[in-house]
Amino acid sequence: MRFGEFGGRFVPEVLIPPLEELEKAYVRLKDDEEFRRALDYYLRNYAGRPTPLYFAENLSRELGVKVYLKREDLLHGGAHKINNTLAQALLAKFMGKTRVIAETGAGQHGVATAMACALLGLKCRIYMGAIDYERQKMNVFRMKILGAEVVPVESGSKTLKDAINEALRDWAESFETTHYLIGSVVGPHPFPTIVRDFQAVIGREARRQILELEGSLPDAIIACVGGGSNAIGIFYPFLNDNVRLIGVEAGGFGIETGKHSASLCAGRKGVLHGMLSYFLQDDDGMIADTHSIAAGLDYPGVGPEHAFFKDSGRVEYTFVTDKEALNAFLRLSKLEGIIPALESAHALALLEKDETLKGSTVIVNLSGRGDKDLGIVMEAMK
Amino acid sequence: MISKSLIVFFPAGYPRKEKTLDFMFSADADAIELGIPFSDPVADGVAIQKAYYEALSSGFRVGDVFWIAREFRKKDSRKLILMSYYNPIYTTGMREFAERAYESGFDAILVVDLPFDEAKDFVEICRDVGIKNVFLAAPNTSEQRLAKIDELSCFVYLVSTYGVTGAREKVSRLAFEALRRAKKICKKPVAIGFGVSKKEHVTELFNAGADAVVVGSAVVELISKFKEEADKKIAEFTSGLRP
Repeated sequence: MRFGEFGGRFVPEVLIPPLEELEKAYVRLKDDEEFRRALDYYLRNYAGRPTPLYFAENLSRELGVKVYLKREDLLHGGAHKINNTLAQALLAKFMGKTRVIAETGAGQHGVATAMACALLGLKCRIYMGAIDYERQKMNVFRMKILGAEVVPVESGSKTLKDAINEALRDWAESFETTHYLIGSVVGPHPFPTIVRDFQAVIGREARRQILELEGSLPDAIIACVGGGSNAIGIFYPFLNDNVRLIGVEAGGFGIETGKHSASLCAGRKGVLHGMLSYFLQDDDGMIADTHSIAAGLDYPGVGPEHAFFKDSGRVEYTFVTDKEALNAFLRLSKLEGIIPALESAHALALLEKDETLKGSTVIVNLSGRGDKDLGIVMEAMK
Repeated sequence: MISKSLIVFFPAGYPRKEKTLDFMFSADADAIELGIPFSDPVADGVAIQKAYYEALSSGFRVGDVFWIAREFRKKDSRKLILMSYYNPIYTTGMREFAERAYESGFDAILVVDLPFDEAKDFVEICRDVGIKNVFLAAPNTSEQRLAKIDELSCFVYLVSTYGVTGAREKVSRLAFEALRRAKKICKKPVAIGFGVSKKEHVTELFNAGADAVVVGSAVVELISKFKEEADKKIAEFTSGLRP
């Protein structure tokens, strides 16, 4: 239930029974053959797994680092999110739930949830901060086409954290019929464990693939960290190996400006959304407003297992700024013909920033594609 | 706690801390519950969310709640319950928070998002400091958990329904079954809240065995409507709730 001191189940009493029900169902189903078979079937034939591990030759030459890209951007929906939504939607079905709710920031998790619900015949409602709702109109429309109801959340800072608040409020009332399909390795136990297990397919594949291609493990693995699901997903199967694991947070306009989302690099321990972890907050414990050019990283907290890995030292956490991410976004597009998500561009940016990587073999988790970000990049380049 | 009590909830610092104090004095309540505004109140409906948001926007600090309690205690001996989300307590430090709460005159602390499984240290510290704990129970709380909640609380705060705080047209059907169960299992008084906003609700719940009834969002809506002038409205409304 805990990762060291982190994690836990800090929720109003009414949510304890649904969390216990979920945990029981998950423990029963995760090794159930019928469930595994169904999930494998959809991951392969619907989502497009396994994804390639691609040697980025041009980028490698330019940077003096041997770079492999784990191509989660090629999945259906354009990001790693579908790994988790298909699995949890199946879990919801097996639990007899008929309705699914989820939060979304940029809309990627919302879209992936709406897809899984359309596929499996589940009713779907997505909560989205009113500001995100406005700036991600295309994804709102996409979710609606997929049959989801999208609710703009007008409370608080009107962004991702408020969407999570609203989803938790809905769930406190609707848990009898409804599964809360959380989108990252955050929230009360057992969510961080469930999402991590469902995303660990990324790392299991990457491990097999790099051994086939290189005959040895890489020197380092780099992934961006917002809530932290793509990072945990690729790190997890390498935890016991002699491989550097590096999580890159969103440095926004720079840590010193206070306008960023780097909760591990600059936050303090606290409790929000059911978990003890690191959060950006003021001296009174009020949660701070955050900023990142990458909407998917724009969250004031981080998954509790990352908090644990930070304190234990197993994973290194650092940050890059909006500007560095933007440069990496443009570089990969030009050199490899691959437009990365701005989130994934944070991981890519470290290849240039971290001198110690020169000459080594590195896997970068390319967690999503960048089509969704073209409007933002167009603005930023003006 | 006296039987058949009325507990009235106020969001501290809404619209400002001096007014909160006036409202507390003017309420016809047997006990007052004072809520610390939090940036992310996941257990609260729209009325209290807005009140917290406005209080924080106009500069409320956690320390202000202790000021309110101290001023209240100078003139009033009614029970005072402090309600908070966990993060302000965790951030302040559990012991420092409990001590300041005790010294400023609070009788008990209720932490909305701290179920007893996570509260072992906090309960010990509160016991040490001399301030009492209140834990929430819900209609779906198991009998084993209810018994544990009863053991650790000076009274049990039973949530009348699924969902969040907020005035509702009717008392949920769930409330009566939950009350019956709680009264069977708990040795401590049982207060019931969430969605209680009318005299009929209060009467029904007292008749169903509640030892106390908590009214919150309905009072907050009055403050939101009448702001600085809400004192008299609150006095009338709370007297009017009594059976």
